[in-house]
Amino acid sequence: MKQLLIALGGLSFVFLISCGGGGETASQSPAATAQEAEPPKADPKGIGEVKEVNLTDPLEESMITTGKAIYEMKCSACHKLTDQRVVGPGWAGVTNKRRPEWIMNMITNVDVMLAEDPQAQKLLEECLTRMPNQGVSIGDARALLEFMRKNDVETVGEKDQAANQI
Amino acid sequence: MKTNTIFLTLFFLLVLGAVFLTDCSQRTTQTIVEGDAAQQAYVPPGEYDEFYAFMSGGFSGQVTAYGLPSGRLLKEIPVFSKYPENGYGYSEETKAMFNTSYGEVPWDDSHHIELSQTDGEFDGRWLFVNGNNTPRIARVDLTTFETVEILEIPDVAGLHCAPFITENSEYLVSGTRFSVPIPQEDVGIDTYQENFKGLINYVSVDPEEGHMELAFQIEMPGYNYDLARNGKGKSHGWSFLTTYNSEQAHTLLEVNASQKDKDLLAIVNWKKAEEYLEQGKGQTRETSFYHNLMDESTSIVNSTEVTETTILNPQDCPGMVYFIPVPKSPHGCDVDPTGEFIVGNGKLSADMSIYSFDKLMAAIESEDFAGDINGIPIINYESGLHGILQKPGLGPLHTEFDGKGNAYTTFFISSEVVKWDVESLEVLDRQSTFYSPGHLVIPGGETRKPEGKYLVAMNKITKDRYLPTGPELAHSAQLFDISGEKMKLVLDFPTKGEPHYAQAISAGKIVPNVKKFYRIEDNGHPRAAKGEGQARVEREGKEVHVYMTAIRSHLAPDNIEGIKMDDEVYFHITNLEQDWDVPHGFAVQGATNAELLVMPGQTRTLKWKPFKPGVFAFYCTDFCSALHQEMSGYVRVSPANSDVPLKWGLNNENTTATNMREQAEQQLAQRVDD
Repeated sequence: MKQLLIALGGLSFVFLISCGGGGETASQSPAATAQEAEPPKADPKGIGEVKEVNLTDPLEESMITTGKAIYEMKCSACHKLTDQRVVGPGWAGVTNKRRPEWIMNMITNVDVMLAEDPQAQKLLEECLTRMPNQGVSIGDARALLEFMRKNDVETVGEKDQAANQI
Repeated sequence: MKTNTIFLTLFFLLVLGAVFLTDCSQRTTQTIVEGDAAQQAYVPPGEYDEFYAFMSGGFSGQVTAYGLPSGRLLKEIPVFSKYPENGYGYSEETKAMFNTSYGEVPWDDSHHIELSQTDGEFDGRWLFVNGNNTPRIARVDLTTFETVEILEIPDVAGLHCAPFITENSEYLVSGTRFSVPIPQEDVGIDTYQENFKGLINYVSVDPEEGHMELAFQIEMPGYNYDLARNGKGKSHGWSFLTTYNSEQAHTLLEVNASQKDKDLLAIVNWKKAEEYLEQGKGQTRETSFYHNLMDESTSIVNSTEVTETTILNPQDCPGMVYFIPVPKSPHGCDVDPTGEFIVGNGKLSADMSIYSFDKLMAAIESEDFAGDINGIPIINYESGLHGILQKPGLGPLHTEFDGKGNAYTTFFISSEVVKWDVESLEVLDRQSTFYSPGHLVIPGGETRKPEGKYLVAMNKITKDRYLPTGPELAHSAQLFDISGEKMKLVLDFPTKGEPHYAQAISAGKIVPNVKKFYRIEDNGHPRAAKGEGQARVEREGKEVHVYMTAIRSHLAPDNIEGIKMDDEVYFHITNLEQDWDVPHGFAVQGATNAELLVMPGQTRTLKWKPFKPGVFAFYCTDFCSALHQEMSGYVRVSPANSDVPLKWGLNNENTTATNMREQAEQQLAQRVDD
């Protein structure tokens, strides 16, 4: 009998949904709820395991080589080295806009970043494709960052301008 | 809202009425289902089931994975039948999985699931299943739920009695269901008794990789070998196989193979067989069978023909094989968790014979025999018997154990499951099933440590259980709670194909090892494009190879020109994603084989033959992102004699002589120079 009740409960759920179109349930959209809540404060370091990155000069050549190989395998399909946006934003000048910690957290903790970080969410609104989790380790993300720094030197002439952003 | 409530109430009453009306002609739901049955099977959204049940797909040739207790279908795993849903058997990498000595066989009838074991317990590494029609055994890797190996078994017919596993996965034991001339020859069927033979086969399993190899075959009298189990604990090293048609009839078997009151249970000492093999007692015979194995790094199936097999003859190997009578036309043959009791179910007998391993050994020791068949001693029936379970029901088929000293047997004719005490042979409980159950499964029920919480009866007939779907109804599985003294029916759920057997394992033994994606770094496929920079098109004579990458939300290249009629186009798709549950599909207009579903980090190849000049679309079939509809492209086909150059690209960055990576590097170099 209880089995039946649960089945009926399930049915009623279906009905409630199907008749909720113009009724009071319409006002309960997730967007409305989000607007009422306190807007989350943006952390320029983003959200994730990467808390502090030490940048050194000159650039580390072996990391650049590794970073380039990972870029070609896992990133180049969506990110160009210029400022042209394709699926994702172009990389030219990225280290002048974002802290190194934010960049590495975006690479390694992308699902949480897209869910909670205001900057990442803004990018998602522009690009409309969720950045995939490409299974990049923290070490490899650091190598990618080095490759981005080198790319910034080559494309826009300066790097790390956002390194100490508060 | 109020009107809705009224409407809903009315609707519920209608549904209730319908339920009651349908049930009036049968036993009512109330008498079968009681108490909190629905809650017991209910797994809330977002929570996992406690067990995985793997069901063979019967005539679908596949395997399905269900969650228990919810009965949710989690996955259909293609094994012996081609599967257009993901291109298994159609893609260039997996085609060879269907090679046999009969040619490409794209279908089979899958029967018995056997999970790999260590120390008599499931270890969650591999799943084995037999193909009954074209005798084969397949291995499914439980980290990926993909079929990775298929081994053909030569010189047998109807490999029903397969692939029963030993307690450390040393061997998969099988026997021929139909005896046939060995080697095959053109003889009169009425020469059955002189020309037809049966084989019992031992396939060894590599303990590290799981790779299968046909170790040896034992030549047996021409009976029908039906089901088997291997010993465990004290009886480890022995196999038990039921045989029917000891009459050696060859026509109208339903009468002519049911003449004798008793058939035979074959008892094989495989450790002794290993010794004889070591001593060179085996005879090598020429034959032909195929071994198809997937290379882990490339995920390409390699197929090899094997042309020799080693046969052991019981006449040359004393002490290797024995017989003991078993009630008429036996089906199930099951060994209890202690390894002491062997249940022989005679499907045409009202009684069940339960043998004692100790008594069998004592009878062998004292040569307590009633003659022999072709040199194989027949142990005296009473001497090996633990006892007889008298008239427990009609048509006993299969028995499983709960680890608490109880056995559960399905009765096909009287449509019920009967619980009985293995030691005292006392019937404890019986519950109806709907209808005609074949196998039944208890998680770990055939291991040394069953988890006797649930029992699933797998029914052959389903009348009145689900909404009608034409003449054919889904087969039904029925879940019973067996944690208490009495069995309690908890759930019905439909199954795919006609599943013959299932094994169920604690989810905790599988979940931690399941792969989320294939590491792109480890992709060893020779045609992989590991990064969009490697996407390109290459002509090799009449073959055109498209090295294509897929990632949310585009395919690269997406414009291809210079394909000509008479070309053979190979689309090698590499999925660049490294995330759980983001396969990309690939379908091209006019494909005469299938589509592809490419897992993250994997490369799969679809062969495409242009059929007329024009421009044809290709696209991703598995919804992947908001821009999934945009994940598409065109391939242009020109007449055979045209001079359209080979050209490909993405975003109008068309390339001819250099590949896209070089182009990107050139652009980069140019910017640096500027």
